[in-house]
Amino acid sequence: MTINPQAHLAQHVFDTAQLKSGGTRDGFGIGLVEAAEADERVVGLCADLTESVRMTAFAEKFPNRFFQVGVAEQNLVTVASGMAAAGKIPFAGGFAAFSPGRNWEQIRTTICYNDQPVKIVGSHTGLSVGEDGATHQMLEDMAIMRVLPNMVVVVPVDVEQARLATLAIAKDPRPTYIRLTREKFPIFTTPETPFEIGKAQVLLEGTDVTIVGCGAVLYEALLAAKALEGEIRVEVINAHTVKPLDAETILASVRKTGCVVTIEEHQVIGGLGGAVAELLAEHEPAPLERMGTQDTFGESGTTIELWKHYGLTSTHIIDRIRTVLKKA
Amino acid sequence: MAEHQPITDDKQLALLANTIRQDVLKALTAAGSGHPGGSLGMADIFTALYFHALKHDPQNPTWQERDRLLLSNGHICPVMYAAMAHVGYFPTEELMTLRKFGARLQGHPHRVALPGIETTSGPLGSGVSQAVGMALAARLDNKRHHVYVLTSDGEHQEGNTWEGVMMAAAYKLDNIIQIIDRNNIQIEGNTEDVMPLDSLRAKYSAFNWNVREIDGHNFSQIIEAINWAKDSVGKPTVIIATTVPGRGVSFMEHQYSWHGKAPKPEELAAALKELQTIREQIETNTYDY
Ligand SMILES: Cc1ncc(C[n+]2csc(CCOP(=O)(O)OP(=O)(O)O)c2C)c(N)n1
Ligand SMILES: [Mg+2]
Repeated sequence: MTINPQAHLAQHVFDTAQLKSGGTRDGFGIGLVEAAEADERVVGLCADLTESVRMTAFAEKFPNRFFQVGVAEQNLVTVASGMAAAGKIPFAGGFAAFSPGRNWEQIRTTICYNDQPVKIVGSHTGLSVGEDGATHQMLEDMAIMRVLPNMVVVVPVDVEQARLATLAIAKDPRPTYIRLTREKFPIFTTPETPFEIGKAQVLLEGTDVTIVGCGAVLYEALLAAKALEGEIRVEVINAHTVKPLDAETILASVRKTGCVVTIEEHQVIGGLGGAVAELLAEHEPAPLERMGTQDTFGESGTTIELWKHYGLTSTHIIDRIRTVLKKA
Repeated sequence: MAEHQPITDDKQLALLANTIRQDVLKALTAAGSGHPGGSLGMADIFTALYFHALKHDPQNPTWQERDRLLLSNGHICPVMYAAMAHVGYFPTEELMTLRKFGARLQGHPHRVALPGIETTSGPLGSGVSQAVGMALAARLDNKRHHVYVLTSDGEHQEGNTWEGVMMAAAYKLDNIIQIIDRNNIQIEGNTEDVMPLDSLRAKYSAFNWNVREIDGHNFSQIIEAINWAKDSVGKPTVIIATTVPGRGVSFMEHQYSWHGKAPKPEELAAALKELQTIREQIETNTYDY
């Protein structure tokens, strides 16, 4: 395992105590203000969750470009579609369980089929939502967004990447879903870390096994790779764009390592694990272990309790690496 | 196994509601997160329902003849849990497991986790339609029980609420009794500033429901309105209960900032002190409820 110099990761990347932390929603909030400063077509809409989705700074800076829709997620995305039809670039924010959870058909027809550049911002995804419990822990959003024609799905790995991703999707003309977290996690990328929609990034280079992941939980894979240093050479790929998936980068890695572990805070059915399984089955069949929630709902608890219970910590990743290597 | 016997004395109900408020705050503080505003505001109505109005048997939560109670705005479940514990569904000690890993008292109520919960909720705006479903099924089965659906004002911004409202009237579901927590707050402010709802009375009248507005802290008004609703023929009934979010704790009352954050230990102490003072006033008949 060696750190890919091109990734420009933070110093002391494996030393959690030395890294700053934040929820990816924070990076989105900063990025949204910057995107709005750069392009006056950027507008914001929210469903009674402006602060929770970190759109407050935008709303305060651009009060006439911010629209409160009330607790009404179907209204949220359909109004956004209308604004996009009239030339705006709307960012529509909510809890992912309700947007895109509740308003899927409206997104399908009025945004994707219409091909409007609406940016669906889904915060509070994954088990790390914590004590609110399963109703609020969105674990199916990537699946229902990934399946939609025209839709781009972006999952920033940390705060810094969320900022860069927000700037990038504001410039991209496609309908987009950006998946965010509430809980604070280590910030291990830097402003120099490249971000390009559709281009996965190799964070650690290795030759024995490929880990493909997205979102904050991918940091656990870095810790696992570090713990296995000298024994197993782990390659870690950040698939921040789940759709379109960067087949080239992933397949090149698998041709080298011959086996894969995927990790995400999402159902393994239909999410990144599902996407990678589809890719491998068609192009490069290889042993695969998919980590995530295994067709089950979450529950109340702290992030660490839940990650332990549902098997998403670095210790679990190490186990799954050993399992997949036995099959390789 | 026995049907719960209604408590009719206002003073006894007020004391129970006071205990429930104290337990709600203790549980929320121990949990470190959750929603005190609506929970405290609805304590009197939950007490009136579980201890007086509902036909139910806490020892037999699947009794077929029971009234159904759906909490649509699931985030205020701490008050439902506290009322359920005190009326006998489960031990009151369990309240302190709220929102903890492995607990039956999930952050939002989950039907499969805890007997007595009729439906999982938390996502707003889906209660009225589920009540319509239960009321239609009850009619098909010739059952006489009522379906109580508790909703918030904020969730009246959801289209789904109004879809159910329209259908309840279309099917003349006089076995539905809805109680709206009209506390005027939601997450980001007062409802009339975020997305105006007034007049709910006029809207429900136009949708062909029986409507009554009450003071949600006055037991006689609550009970009287429910009795009136039970007698409805041919129309669903909605009771719009004006409540004070955070009721009983001066620094929480009317403050939307207390919609969804747990008290810190020192805030809990101050709140319990205030509630204890109210308790003494109730006991000495000097509290104006
Ligand atoms: C469908 C849905 N959208 C958004 C939320 C997030 N949310 C939780 S409570 C709430 C405010 C609703 O207002 P109200 O129910 O009146 O709250 P209260 O009076 O208890 O403060 C919101 C937007 C949710 N739970 N469900
Ligand atoms: Mg309210």
